[in-house]
Amino acid sequence: MANSKGKVRWHIAVFLAPAVLVYTAVMIYPLFNTLRLSLFTEIDQARVWVGLDNFRTLFGNAIWSDQFWNALGNNAWFFLIHMLVQNPIGVALAAILSSPKLRFSAFYRSAIFIPTILSFVIVGFAWKLILSPIWGIAPGMLDAIGLKFLYQPWLGKEEYALTTLSLVSVWQYVGIPMMLIYAALLSIPDEILEAGECDGITSMSAFWKIKLPLILPSIGIISILTFVANFNAFDLIYAAQGALAGPDFSTDILGTFMYRTFFGFQLQLGDPHMGSAIASAMFGIILVGVCIYLFGIQRRLRSYQF
Amino acid sequence: MKTTTLKGALLVTTLLGATAATAQDAELIIESWRNDDLAIWQDKIIPAFEAENPGIKVKFTPSAPAEYNAVLNSKLDAGSAGDIITCRPFDASLALYDAGHLADLSDLDGMSNFSSVAKSGWSTDDGSATFCVPMASVIHGFIYNKDAFEEVGIDVPTTEAEFFAALEAIKADGNYIPMAMGTNDQWEAATMGYNNIGPNYWKGEEGRNALIAGDQKLTDEEWIAPFRQLAKWGDYLGDGFEAQTYPDSQNIFTLGRAAIYPAGSWEISGFNGLADFEMGAFNPPVANAGDTCYISDHTDIGIGMNAASDNPEAAKTFLNWVASSEFSNIFANSLPGFFPLSNASVALEDPLAQEFISWRSKCESSIRSTYQILSRGTPNLENDTWNASVAVIKGDESPEDAGKRLQDGLASWYAPQQ
Repeated sequence: MANSKGKVRWHIAVFLAPAVLVYTAVMIYPLFNTLRLSLFTEIDQARVWVGLDNFRTLFGNAIWSDQFWNALGNNAWFFLIHMLVQNPIGVALAAILSSPKLRFSAFYRSAIFIPTILSFVIVGFAWKLILSPIWGIAPGMLDAIGLKFLYQPWLGKEEYALTTLSLVSVWQYVGIPMMLIYAALLSIPDEILEAGECDGITSMSAFWKIKLPLILPSIGIISILTFVANFNAFDLIYAAQGALAGPDFSTDILGTFMYRTFFGFQLQLGDPHMGSAIASAMFGIILVGVCIYLFGIQRRLRSYQF
Repeated sequence: MKTTTLKGALLVTTLLGATAATAQDAELIIESWRNDDLAIWQDKIIPAFEAENPGIKVKFTPSAPAEYNAVLNSKLDAGSAGDIITCRPFDASLALYDAGHLADLSDLDGMSNFSSVAKSGWSTDDGSATFCVPMASVIHGFIYNKDAFEEVGIDVPTTEAEFFAALEAIKADGNYIPMAMGTNDQWEAATMGYNNIGPNYWKGEEGRNALIAGDQKLTDEEWIAPFRQLAKWGDYLGDGFEAQTYPDSQNIFTLGRAAIYPAGSWEISGFNGLADFEMGAFNPPVANAGDTCYISDHTDIGIGMNAASDNPEAAKTFLNWVASSEFSNIFANSLPGFFPLSNASVALEDPLAQEFISWRSKCESSIRSTYQILSRGTPNLENDTWNASVAVIKGDESPEDAGKRLQDGLASWYAPQQ
């Protein structure tokens, strides 16, 4: 070691270079360029520096701010549904799958995970068909069990559309928390569970008192992944409801709002600068959320060494 | 080693061969949103042009309608767009012209074949420069199932009262959904609803120009009346129309499950292939018998030249040909429902298309109210009209509130309305 002191260790730079270059080209540069773009506007074909004017318009002008808060509120609801439905179901499924008594667990695991690898276009289209009042199987199935009165054209009603789409998204992505938690549960050593058994902690209480505390860090990671994915979401809403996120903007989330503004829609011309301002606001929201999690929660979680 | 050299040599010759082939012919690439028409362009229009103009190869490369504007803008900014650009009417193309992406075609020989109304969709506000050759318009009206009308025993309605009486009779009969339209995709409510029946109330061009000049407001009776009509439509649409999409509506009608379809003439070619019953069409019913009828005869498709094209001469040759009556004839007859805008007279073979185009002689033509100038600002009047029309049909908003909301939005940025 002594003779390597003072030498420039080129191999470190060489090995880091590919990843750094690719990441810079496809992530870091576009990110900062978007932030930069949000400080300009276009007047008579020329790009003009306007400082924070775009943000003043976005938050100060009722036409823009109403849409922004509507999208943010919808996004928060979208996230809440995922947190309340997707993650508990994911944990429950993982707990059931990791039970050694369950037969065909590999089959269930794959079956539940498959929607995750499907394209959002297929998922959006398939669910639109399932729920369609005309061709869909949902009204027929409800009719068969005498519950036809429960059927509503869910995707077309303001009060249900967002919740319906959130649940479709939950259906698609529930496999991810399930897999992560499943892996965490498998990594819990049997000795600990056996030691618990000696102390009289079995079955359900073993889950609540031993397994759950041990998988909390994984649940934390899943929560933050869900948060980032939900606030960046766009595809499912766009595939199912289009860029106007109907009915009456009730399914408009930040992603669709940004898309509409940035690229334009029908007669509305695209405005890359306002679009970038919205994208920057999204970036800020996600950054704040992740920071709260990292500094407020992650550091308080205790990790256990086996 | 030998094999690598050989492979290398082969590769080089292939590349050389490829470049040599392209150097001989000027290749024109057409950008378009009409992916439905791909077969017609490839089998009829392009071969006809290429037969007359050896040395020019044309390729039609459409993208999805909903994405076209965004895709085209990005391609033009990146310099990778095709030579020939299919033009959306009004502001989208005007912005491309202002940005220098579309070439000025005012002095193209073929331009003399078009009236100034036809050119209005693709000219600067003062009319001094025209940047796209007008290609086609679409006419709005209602397509109906003749068998259904016969079964229920009703005649084609010509007035508002007859229209609702017919809907009521079909509903009472129970075998057909009176009208096939949904509100899920939103635009049908505005395009096939509000802007379809509207010209009868705001008197076509008269009202449209008055609105642009600021002499009329969207809260005036002329502009609220169509909303009052739409508010009554909700009762006659199928169950769950709130989640019914545009393709759903098309299928419901062509499967013979609905009697009336609020339509644009572009549906004709698709419906001809799908429906196995006889179809007819009627123009939007007027308020009182004997009133002048107005129709939406909307300039919809133009075609222009990418200012950065590598083959400007070949592109101009192509555009001149598009302006000719030969193109009009091929286009109108292979795409019944898209009506040529040129002054040359064109014979239409399709009876349904002939019915639509016959309204040009008995009614006054106008274009969609929101398209020229009025959708330039934020909030966007066209998008808001979609939203308001849906809200009115669903009964979530009263016609007066919808009109007021649109007027407030328009007045917030459009000086003549302030």
